[in-house]
Amino acid sequence: MSGAAATSPRAARRAARLQATAERIAGLTLPTVPAWLTPLRKAALDRLASVGYPDKRDEYWRYTDPDRLVSADVRPAEVFKITDEPPMYQGIDRLKLIWVDGVFSAEDSDPLAGEGLEITRLADSADIHWAADLYGTLEARGQKPVARPLAALNSALATDGVLIRVTGKVSRPVSLIYRRAGTDASVTMHHVIKIEEGGELTLLENGAVAARSSMVIEVEVGDHGTFHHVRTMGRDHERKASTHLFARLGKGSKLKSFTLSMNGRLVRNEAMIWLGGEGGTAHLAGAAMGDGMFHHDDTVFITHEAPGCESRQVFKKVLRDGAIGVFQGKILVEQAAQLTDGYQKSQSLLLDERCQFLAKPELEIYADDVKCSHGSTSGEINEDQLFYLRARGVPEQEAKMLLVLAFLAETLDEIEREDIAQDMRLRLRRWLERHS
Amino acid sequence: MLEINNLHVKLATEDKQILKGLSLSVEAGSVHAIMGPNGSGKSTLSYVLSGRDGYEVTDGTATLEGESLLDMEPEERAAHGLFLAFQYPVEIPGVGNMTFLRTAVNAQRKARGEAELSSGDFLKLVRAKAKDLKIDADMLKRPVNVGFSGGEKKRNEILQMAMLEPRMCILDETDSGLDVDAMKLVADGVNALRSEGRSFLVITHYQRLLDHIKPDFVHIMAGGRIIKTGGPELALEVEQNGYADILAEVQA
Repeated sequence: MSGAAATSPRAARRAARLQATAERIAGLTLPTVPAWLTPLRKAALDRLASVGYPDKRDEYWRYTDPDRLVSADVRPAEVFKITDEPPMYQGIDRLKLIWVDGVFSAEDSDPLAGEGLEITRLADSADIHWAADLYGTLEARGQKPVARPLAALNSALATDGVLIRVTGKVSRPVSLIYRRAGTDASVTMHHVIKIEEGGELTLLENGAVAARSSMVIEVEVGDHGTFHHVRTMGRDHERKASTHLFARLGKGSKLKSFTLSMNGRLVRNEAMIWLGGEGGTAHLAGAAMGDGMFHHDDTVFITHEAPGCESRQVFKKVLRDGAIGVFQGKILVEQAAQLTDGYQKSQSLLLDERCQFLAKPELEIYADDVKCSHGSTSGEINEDQLFYLRARGVPEQEAKMLLVLAFLAETLDEIEREDIAQDMRLRLRRWLERHS
Repeated sequence: MLEINNLHVKLATEDKQILKGLSLSVEAGSVHAIMGPNGSGKSTLSYVLSGRDGYEVTDGTATLEGESLLDMEPEERAAHGLFLAFQYPVEIPGVGNMTFLRTAVNAQRKARGEAELSSGDFLKLVRAKAKDLKIDADMLKRPVNVGFSGGEKKRNEILQMAMLEPRMCILDETDSGLDVDAMKLVADGVNALRSEGRSFLVITHYQRLLDHIKPDFVHIMAGGRIIKTGGPELALEVEQNGYADILAEVQA
């Protein structure tokens, strides 16, 4: 025993937590492929060991109990078959990569090749791989100022993912499609993307990953590079998912990330963005709609490190029948980041009185010449607007649907491609039709 | 066309009677004006007829071509041919003006069992009608009434009226907030819609709108009832002498 007898309750709790974490880590078996990843997996476990598994006492887990995301046993979930609407992105030319229960399906996927692209599966990547310099790097960086233990755990345990190097302007999106076959799967995947100077990539993600899933994407966007990301998180009602998007942006580069989330039991989407070069822009947006047991949490952290960058966060939630929405968003402006333009908006539309919206907007600014604003609101359908539409002959249900879509419209504006935005509108409309 | 008989209306949430036995009969093809001092119940009448929440009808009837309006939902009243041009048109961010118009037109057609307009036909129609009202393409593309000037909002109301082709049009203080030129434009739009099968109820504070939209009858409303009815000369009398004389005369 050490001599630290007079510890505070807080220190004692921390010690107990680290002890419990160490015990759990001791019971983990790390995947052995690819070989180059082994030291990086071990380093990630060390990071987890130093911060501990998340706890609902943690500042950023107060609104979302992490227990169901980290508990040792994963409750099985029915595979949710969608038969009442067309598959996503129909008619949009894209490079399709398909995973079933987290296992890559080569026969269903397109060949791993494309102009301006170097794509490798994480699980069968060669021994010396360019991604070795990147895997876990942004995740490690993202452990400060706020610990992200689930991301460290992901870096240690990920069984597959894609490694994409972009050397040119790639017009054909890379489309990651997740499917489920089994009911009890827990899946951990990790993607690494490197966009070289002036490169351009659109990454699409859709489908149900597993009963419980952890997904990390690390993106390095080189100077004047562009990364567009559009993610839809299935319709599977029992989904428990945690995702992390880590991205570092170079000079004059652009990032846009949009997430559509419908239904699901528990979703925690974290984004951690560093604007590291002058004149970069990062736009993050999310539309989430759910009812009943739906608990959706967006936790966003944007750091302005370089001057003259612009960031924008637009997150909207439509909640009904007891659903809970959480938004935690921070804009951190470092001293060097003069002329920062930061914007953050989080809103919820509560369709009945049983729903909850919990929001924690934060600004932390160390530069003196910046423009930053944030706003968070929570409200109901506007009665004046509803009456106006009805007085023109629009039936009540349709009028409400129009108003809900109007509420979410601002998030869809953050999708670069109109054909993709159009597909999102269709999904939203269908959801509203099913739930009206 | 519109028959209102002994209508009594109170606020739903408080014990305040607004309309106290209002009766009015509007024949097909005619233009009736309702004038009256503030608080006489003019706007309440327009809201009750169009079906807004917040009011309780305690007595009386209101029918449109023989059918009771008061039992219908607002959208059913619209499909039956009732139209209210709002005093304060509502802004709806996120809903494009064109989408709104098309949804409304087709919803009404559907409710009446008519075929919906194709996008081509709709576009042709809306462009022609917008042009008459000097509404440019940009205004059609923007979200409903968002960033519109007072005049633009009122012209947008008339455009909706032109597109929906109602039989009974209620104009609630359509002249408020308009300059002379804008008022003329709006009045021209209304006059172009005048026809044998279409009636108008023009609610206004001032006589000046009635210079442009010539009424067949003018009603003076006070204390929740029509207290005097006459021809266009009644509006001029109000303009010159105010409401006080008429009120005194009726009370005497």
